[in-house]
Amino acid sequence: MNTRHLNTVWVVLLLATLATFAIGETGDMLGITGPVAMLLLLSISIVKGRLVVLDFMGLRGVKFFWRSLLIGWLLLVSALIAVAYWIALK
Amino acid sequence: MDLAPTSPPPHAPASAPPGDLAIWFFILAELLAFGVFFAAYAFARARNVELFDSMQLTLDRQAGALNTVLLISGSACVARAVEAVGRARSTTGARWLLAGIACGGGFLVVKGFEYADKLGAGINLSTNTFYMFYLSLTFFHFMHVILGMVILVALWFKTRQGAYGPADMNGIESGAAYWHMVDLVWIVLFPLVYVMR
Repeated sequence: MNTRHLNTVWVVLLLATLATFAIGETGDMLGITGPVAMLLLLSISIVKGRLVVLDFMGLRGVKFFWRSLLIGWLLLVSALIAVAYWIALK
Repeated sequence: MDLAPTSPPPHAPASAPPGDLAIWFFILAELLAFGVFFAAYAFARARNVELFDSMQLTLDRQAGALNTVLLISGSACVARAVEAVGRARSTTGARWLLAGIACGGGFLVVKGFEYADKLGAGINLSTNTFYMFYLSLTFFHFMHVILGMVILVALWFKTRQGAYGPADMNGIESGAAYWHMVDLVWIVLFPLVYVMR
């Protein structure tokens, strides 16, 4: 992993964090609330988590089995959160 | 007849992740524990939506966002350290590790202020279900940040001594993987606890 790529990943992660924070601060004004905000927040987390797993943890060039364990955890936890949120809406 | 040894093609995926295999089993166990905790929080919220949504407003979202920036930056610093050591630049690697330790320290200070604010307001584990989850979940993570920093300090000492290099990356890669796990968990925790409503 070269330094330029690591720096790019860092900047993307910072921008994604800003997006998460902005949804919390201005979501009401922008109409990003409820399930839409929830899905957006989970999607941002998945993108961020995937970058950490692949580029910081260094699993990009590793067999699918290992990547699937960590990214699978991310997807499973996100799915459980979405299901719980959906139950809360009812 | 081709008698060439059956070696993997040059760009075949590595069979094992960087670092010691044992650390990855440890990381998976930690992720499982945090995953159960996150699901428990989400389903507890489903039964107490009004309480969770109103209590969430009492959290300092700016502090949570600042801590996300600190952990992400700390993770980036440690990734740069591993990259530098992989190019036999131990001095540069040690500096990046120190920067990672500083980010972790910043996280602990910010979280410390948040805890002091809440405890000063008389909030504790028995205040309500939301705060029981908030305090236990974030403190569980807080302890992992402390352990991660202990590991980073050990890596910093050894890297300064030139203990790691392109031929021996196992120790630094293992410690770095643990530190990134602490970051990964917070990436889910911050939106779940501080933002989602």
